Amino acid sequence: MPDNLNPAVALSVSGLSFAISGTELIHPMDFEVKSGRRLVVLGPNGAGKSLLLRLGHGLLQPSSGQVHRNDRHLPGRRAHAMLFQTPVMLRRSVLDNVTHALAAIGVPAAQLRGRAVEALNRFGLMGLAERPARLLSGGEQQRLAIARAWALRPDLLFLDEPTAALDPSATRLIEAMLADLHAEGVTLMMSTHDLGQARRLADDILFLASGSLVEASEAERFFNDPQTAQARAFIAGDLVW
Amino acid sequence: MIDDASPLIAALALIVRLDPAFLGIVGLSLRVTLTAVCLAALIGLPLGALLAVSRFRGRLAMIVAINALMGLPPVVVGLVFFLLLSRSGPLGGFGLLFTPSAMIIAQASLVLPIVIALTRQTIEDLWAGYREYLQSIGMGPKEAIGTLLWDARFSLATALLAGFGRATAEVGAVLIVGGNIAGVTRMMTTAIALETSKGDLALALGLGIILVGITLLVNALAFGMSRIGVRHAG
Repeated sequence: MPDNLNPAVALSVSGLSFAISGTELIHPMDFEVKSGRRLVVLGPNGAGKSLLLRLGHGLLQPSSGQVHRNDRHLPGRRAHAMLFQTPVMLRRSVLDNVTHALAAIGVPAAQLRGRAVEALNRFGLMGLAERPARLLSGGEQQRLAIARAWALRPDLLFLDEPTAALDPSATRLIEAMLADLHAEGVTLMMSTHDLGQARRLADDILFLASGSLVEASEAERFFNDPQTAQARAFIAGDLVW
Repeated sequence: MIDDASPLIAALALIVRLDPAFLGIVGLSLRVTLTAVCLAALIGLPLGALLAVSRFRGRLAMIVAINALMGLPPVVVGLVFFLLLSRSGPLGGFGLLFTPSAMIIAQASLVLPIVIALTRQTIEDLWAGYREYLQSIGMGPKEAIGTLLWDARFSLATALLAGFGRATAEVGAVLIVGGNIAGVTRMMTTAIALETSKGDLALALGLGIILVGITLLVNALAFGMSRIGVRHAG
């Protein structure tokens, strides 16, 4: 873990902004994600939720400011991993999707199959092991994406609206899996525009609108006593822009 | 009617009785073309993939140039390699002119732009879908090339078959650098051209039937590959 990152903090962001061609899409913001917590990034479409997750994970480089996170990827482990709204499935079997990810992070060849089978069993996917991953349903693909991420043994998992394209039954399954991950001590930073899901899952809330951090607080406080007019309007179901 | 049909019957007889000279021409053609396609694949697949995932100044110009080279006239390629490989040319010392090796080099040069261009397009599309995920597990563009080539294998096999089709049907380049020497550099296409001009329609027709058969087979394989790809890889 970097010296300047407190072990109780999984991610620390200071003065972070992001611009493309001179247009600032994420305005300067500061926040922390505490270790072992579930932080939900909430906000309407276009608020900058997905961008913020990508900046946090390191897929995008900030225009200014700093992102402090544990980038010390130990052999056979990835310190942080990410799930996307539309799961990216490689053109190979379910099992091979997991072994590929494990091989990419340096797991020895002799351990690949064992760890992949462990992950598939852990999430009830072993029966699909030999099926082409791309031919699974949307819900099964997202479950596989979670199993694949879990196999990497991350401390911090970024999730970009992982249930946005799923029906309620698949959403319930995914939320149960996320609850299991949280119970195992994995820190979750997840975006959603679904208020109900945020209420069910969040320990902490970051509320964004138009690329700005409007409110950051514990979930209970955010929902019961929002501090800003925009947050109150969003919770009330009004249109926020 | 009988006169028109007799060359065809004679051609079929050549095929059925497995005429050694006839088989020699078919065998040499397949050997030269398959070797050329393999060479083009060895060079073109990684180069095409690298071009797909890399970003550098002049990349777009390079893509346009390679796409343009797909339509390169075979006779021009033949002429260039004739000049390079002829005794007074810069590569004359290797003594390759009028040998199967010269034909392999010429055909590989014709197939290479096809392999690079189709690989670049296929891998670029796949990379667009895979990039964020592969980066999220620590794979940069160069580390991702192996994954991309493997996952695109069925589409790339079709690209190679397209290159094989182009090489099989090609006549100009191999005629110039091979010289159409009987038993040494006589290929199906060059033999058809020669035998037709001599009036030996039976041999020309027989080779034509084999050539059309190979074309059909290549197309069937390409179709089958895409079906297998969807079934086994999604």
